[in-house]
Amino acid sequence: MAMTDRAQPLLSRVADSVYWMGRYIERAENVARFIDVNQNLMLDLPSGFGEQWQPIVDTTGDRAVFLEQYEEATQSNVVQFLAFEARNPNSIHSCVLAARENARSVRETISSEMWEQINSLYLLVSGESRKPLAERMPEFCRQVRMACHLFQGIQHSTMSHNEAWHFTRLGTSLERADKTTRILDVKYFILLPSVSDVGTPYDDIQWGAVLKSVSGFEMYRKRYGRILPERVVEFLLLDGEFPRAVRYCIGLADNSLRAITGTRTGAFSCPSEQRLGLLRSELDYAQVAPILRAGLHEFFDALQARMNTIDECVRGDFFAQQPLAAGADG
Amino acid sequence: MGGLTSMHFSSYDTQGFYDEMFEENSRPRPCARLLLETVESLSEGHLLRYKHAAERLLLQMGITFNVYGDTAGTERIFPFDLIPRIIPADEWDTIERGLKQRVHALNAFIDDIYHDQKILKNGIIPPEVVLSAVSYRKQCQGLNPPRRVWCHVTGTDLVRGGDGQYYVLEDNLRVPSGVSYVLENREVLKRIFPAVFEGLWVRPVSEYPSRLLEMLESLAPPAPSSPRVVLLTPGIYNSAYFEHSFLAQQMGIQLVEGRDLVVDSGGVFMRTTKGLERVDVIYRRIDDDFLDPEAFRPDSLLGVRGLMAAYQQGRVALANAPGNGVADVKVIYAYVPDMIRYYEGADPILPNVPTYLCWRESDRQYVLEHLAELVVKSANESGGYGMLVGPHSTKSQREEFAVKIQANPRNFIAQPTLALSRVPTVVEDHFEGRHVDLRPYVLCGKEIYVLPGGLTRVAMKRGSLVVNSSQGGGSKDTWVLSPAPAPGGQQQWQ
Repeated sequence: MAMTDRAQPLLSRVADSVYWMGRYIERAENVARFIDVNQNLMLDLPSGFGEQWQPIVDTTGDRAVFLEQYEEATQSNVVQFLAFEARNPNSIHSCVLAARENARSVRETISSEMWEQINSLYLLVSGESRKPLAERMPEFCRQVRMACHLFQGIQHSTMSHNEAWHFTRLGTSLERADKTTRILDVKYFILLPSVSDVGTPYDDIQWGAVLKSVSGFEMYRKRYGRILPERVVEFLLLDGEFPRAVRYCIGLADNSLRAITGTRTGAFSCPSEQRLGLLRSELDYAQVAPILRAGLHEFFDALQARMNTIDECVRGDFFAQQPLAAGADG
Repeated sequence: MGGLTSMHFSSYDTQGFYDEMFEENSRPRPCARLLLETVESLSEGHLLRYKHAAERLLLQMGITFNVYGDTAGTERIFPFDLIPRIIPADEWDTIERGLKQRVHALNAFIDDIYHDQKILKNGIIPPEVVLSAVSYRKQCQGLNPPRRVWCHVTGTDLVRGGDGQYYVLEDNLRVPSGVSYVLENREVLKRIFPAVFEGLWVRPVSEYPSRLLEMLESLAPPAPSSPRVVLLTPGIYNSAYFEHSFLAQQMGIQLVEGRDLVVDSGGVFMRTTKGLERVDVIYRRIDDDFLDPEAFRPDSLLGVRGLMAAYQQGRVALANAPGNGVADVKVIYAYVPDMIRYYEGADPILPNVPTYLCWRESDRQYVLEHLAELVVKSANESGGYGMLVGPHSTKSQREEFAVKIQANPRNFIAQPTLALSRVPTVVEDHFEGRHVDLRPYVLCGKEIYVLPGGLTRVAMKRGSLVVNSSQGGGSKDTWVLSPAPAPGGQQQWQ
């Protein structure tokens, strides 16, 4: 039989699924980072100041869901909610389940190795949810992070970098950009012992913890040396080389979108390209000082809203099931 | 783990059943000798470690099936036994010829039924038996599928009785499943058990996906470019979903769901990120009933509206052909030997299991009087549901079935309880005989091809004769040996 040499077209449903598979894996990893950063921050607070777990729920945007199920934001409640709660659609457990369901529906599109790894991750978190929590949380979070990294590495090196792969990377990059803004936001919500502590060792330690939670501490040190809030924000928001920096992620997302559509840089053929390209160039030419002056939290809110719009545009441009032309249906 | 000794066959008891591995005097059959020696030479606890490794591997690979009616949506691995079933070359030759003959005749029968119905006119089969079958599709009357092939993929169930004879138990013509386990079982054995293959001339099964794709491509309507083949699945909640994705992956074709396809006057298309793309051949793993809400069940959400019309117009090929189930009901099964004589002009190479048709007065009388010895099957159910295994039944179960049979004789057939052959199976820390059947896979396109291997299903419960996965059955790898290996030659194994 003659072999076909044309590229396989990608089913809209499959594109949708690999995009969300990428997003959910990245989300699971970042929720593990949230738990970690908060735990680190708590450890560094002066004794007697009490624990702050409410802020983290505010940052992930799940406050309403949390309050439906729990009375107060204690450590064990919040950790349970973020890691294992089945009724929280964004818990690590729910994300891994959703990633796996998506992967399962496109098993013939992804590599067997990717499927096996997502399956291992699933066995890791579904086993854990039956066990009581303890001091084992940091280790659990580390395992989740590593399993997610492994998945992404396997994806990078075993799956053809075709259209489906670019949809996965598009989803992964958008999710990572969103979560980096939220991790930075945790710092905004955490209260210092007093306002005058801004710029004190407490403050430095907390910014250091934020950097560590996105695996950025060492890379930041190499780039800037001293921990300065303005520089940390610049690094995590506008760096062009650090892979978890928002600007870097948006650049990757834009590259993937263009690989999918074939549109050259500097032009657009659909709403998702227009909005993503615009955001990319704004971040490319942004400076940190005006952002801080206008308010970091407000800037993040706006950024998150724009990324949500891009997500909706991607759905409309590629995943929506177009109705057939009139007269085609019997 | 203390207390484990290496596992031996010295205490293995064939208990008067036909054993695939041992002769009656407990001497290993020639084809099995090398395997037995290898297994016995394994050191303490090795085999059990292999078994656990295999189970972990299957779970890790996500080779699971979904259990219907289990609300937790539990995925289970299909229990897998490490000891393979071995079929010597001469036995396989008979099976292969018998299957080719049978599939050829069944195909001729279906084509006849949807055209001239000569076999009915000549009085070989009573017309009402065929035309009243639920799976007879009047929509297919007069239809000419590509190459006049109706049974593209067949998974015939064979059993071996106490007399050593293979019998055909069932012709699975509609959407037979299980072939992925044949391929994966072999992979697992190769990954964890390579040494055991050494010296044995086991025929490879890995060419199945290529053969399947080649057959499917040969069905494509004439098209300007190379044909596009897709596999149509009901989706991830179907019990055979793993197989659907596995086969699509192995063939390098798209796995589609009904919602991915649309039909217009030009043919069938799939929705892609770049718009609609034409589809030429659909390997559908959805039952006729759900294929097209316009032609069959209107409440089907799984199918594609207008698909049958496109098929009837020759704009798309479907495998297996809708309507072929008319030859795959237990009531028609009883007539297959007559069919073979009628269309092939020869006696069947593989016999049927003797079958009593409850709508025949004399047969029904016999069945009702011998319920405790017979296996009674509902003529319309599959998967081991709605079945009475006489010798293992209670009095009240038999009474219940007697009432059912009298109320609706057309719905029941009965067969003698076969002493299914057995294969040694790992049970805890030793071997016990377990009953097996065999499902080889037959492809029919330009020619008929029989995969040298098959799914050996094994009833894991002691004494049980029910091998269906939904009823706790498991599987074994099936080794078909090459004829006469040259001694000392290159070892060839897959």
